[in-house]
Amino acid sequence: MKISRADVEHIAMLARLKLTEEEKDTYSEQLSKILDYIDKLNQLDTTDVEPTSHVLQITNVFRDDEPAKSLPTDKALKNAPDRKDNFYRVPRIIE
Amino acid sequence: MEPYRLKLKEALEAIKNSELSPVELTEAVLSRIEAVDEKVKAYVTVTKEHALKRAHTLEGSNEALPLKGIPLAIKDNLCTEGIRTTCSSRILENFVPPYESTVTMRLLDAGYVLVGKTNLDEFAMGSSTENSGFFTTRNPWDTERVPGGSSGGSAAAVAADECIAAIGSDTGGSIRQPASYCGVVGLKPTYGRVSRFGLVAFASSLDQIGPITKTVEDAAILMNIIAGHDLRDSTSAEVECPDFTSTLGRDIKGLRAGIPKEYFSEGLDSEVEEAVKKAVSVLEQEGLEVEEISLPHTEYAVATYYILATSEASSNLARYDGVKYGLRVEAKSLLDMYLETRSKGFGQEVKRRIMLGTYALSAGYYDAYYRKAQQVRTLIKRDFEDAFKRVDVIITPTTPTVAFRIGEKIDDPLKMYLNDIYTISVNLAGIPAISVPCGFNSEGLPVGLQVIGRAFDEETILRVSHHYEQLTEWHKRRPEL
Repeated sequence: MKISRADVEHIAMLARLKLTEEEKDTYSEQLSKILDYIDKLNQLDTTDVEPTSHVLQITNVFRDDEPAKSLPTDKALKNAPDRKDNFYRVPRIIE
Repeated sequence: MEPYRLKLKEALEAIKNSELSPVELTEAVLSRIEAVDEKVKAYVTVTKEHALKRAHTLEGSNEALPLKGIPLAIKDNLCTEGIRTTCSSRILENFVPPYESTVTMRLLDAGYVLVGKTNLDEFAMGSSTENSGFFTTRNPWDTERVPGGSSGGSAAAVAADECIAAIGSDTGGSIRQPASYCGVVGLKPTYGRVSRFGLVAFASSLDQIGPITKTVEDAAILMNIIAGHDLRDSTSAEVECPDFTSTLGRDIKGLRAGIPKEYFSEGLDSEVEEAVKKAVSVLEQEGLEVEEISLPHTEYAVATYYILATSEASSNLARYDGVKYGLRVEAKSLLDMYLETRSKGFGQEVKRRIMLGTYALSAGYYDAYYRKAQQVRTLIKRDFEDAFKRVDVIITPTTPTVAFRIGEKIDDPLKMYLNDIYTISVNLAGIPAISVPCGFNSEGLPVGLQVIGRAFDEETILRVSHHYEQLTEWHKRRPEL
């Protein structure tokens, strides 16, 4: 599978990564090589094989809807790079 | 003997019998760190003041605690309240968790002393610690070689006697492979056995926390503290925990072991093969019934893993956006802030994996890659289920080679990934496995033996590996530093 520079740019934007020109070349080459290797999975016929998303036989885990202790606001916000009062501050979103 | 050289079991007894105090032991370990960590570089953060204060507090209390005064090292991807937790990533360089992970909380309740947070490949992605955003940890047996990864800091710290024991995490071999490379014991428990609450997520359906120790018994002792159901991790299993030390010392007569032929093929170093086969014959003489088995989908494990693990990682790492915690690179627009922050904060391997995972999950490719890999995961899991109808344990090498040289594989990601070939299937199947020292090659580098067990049957792999350990002297060797 050939991953072109255009593919790399598209994936990088989906992943919110800004790549340098050099990184684009490297990833294009490396990802193509890795996907070539991964193509070996197509040697296997998996028709009617159930996918395993998780090894444990558990479905949803619920608890009673009772209020419990949670992090105090100030503690939760302590690692925020930028905040104002009890809010995270980010660059303007709406022009 | 210097107190820092003690095994966990010995240290517990010495403290219990008042031959040694928590402060004396903690001071001994801290001065050992000061003496050798410059060479080994196992720690991202040494918590000296915290450790001494804690040891004094414990010493002043009469409470009997199962780990009272024992200095342990914790991999730096487990959240420790008030103590910097970096995942060896620039993006979390200054992150101080506002809460404690379940595993470290249980260790605190048991009376442990945290001496430091150990280095890892950034976000646990790697097999050598060369992907750490800070520095590469050295193998104590040969400081020009890698300690393995991603829990390389924890394994090196144990091997260099810079802690009494350590905690690591294992997504594709990250406890067992460094344990093997550093000549110590590493146990990856069954998926769901140990709570992942507070473990910084890499690939959530594969990640599991476990002990890295000087002996099998020490691993069992730590399992008794850290294992068990936790309401705060919805994937933690509601399965009762045994006393993990109870089967140690029982003989192994009549137990059946399978040797998968696929694990003894191309790429396996001849000295590693020889050491592992010798270990198997030692066990055979003790009454272990050994037969060759087949795990036919073994050759697809690495490809399956690198789709599933990177897909889950690309989703888990979306949270690092410069808003709530971690690094932020200021920019004019929100989008630019995301782009700049993530590009500056993540290292090369993490970006590569996010790219691969994002691609595998992107529109039009999901069925071809992600779903396909999930289906092959089913086939790999079935291989083990079939094998465990006939045998009680499966014995393999932990890694195809001994520790490789720093820089040897860093430019070829695929070559690096293939290094995990014997450990990855176990994570995909969700079953437990342990690596124990089983010899040294001609260059004096340790070789590891992997014993794999049925889901929630850690007891049998502990029993077999403990029995082996009692018959051999490998685990008693320590590197000269």
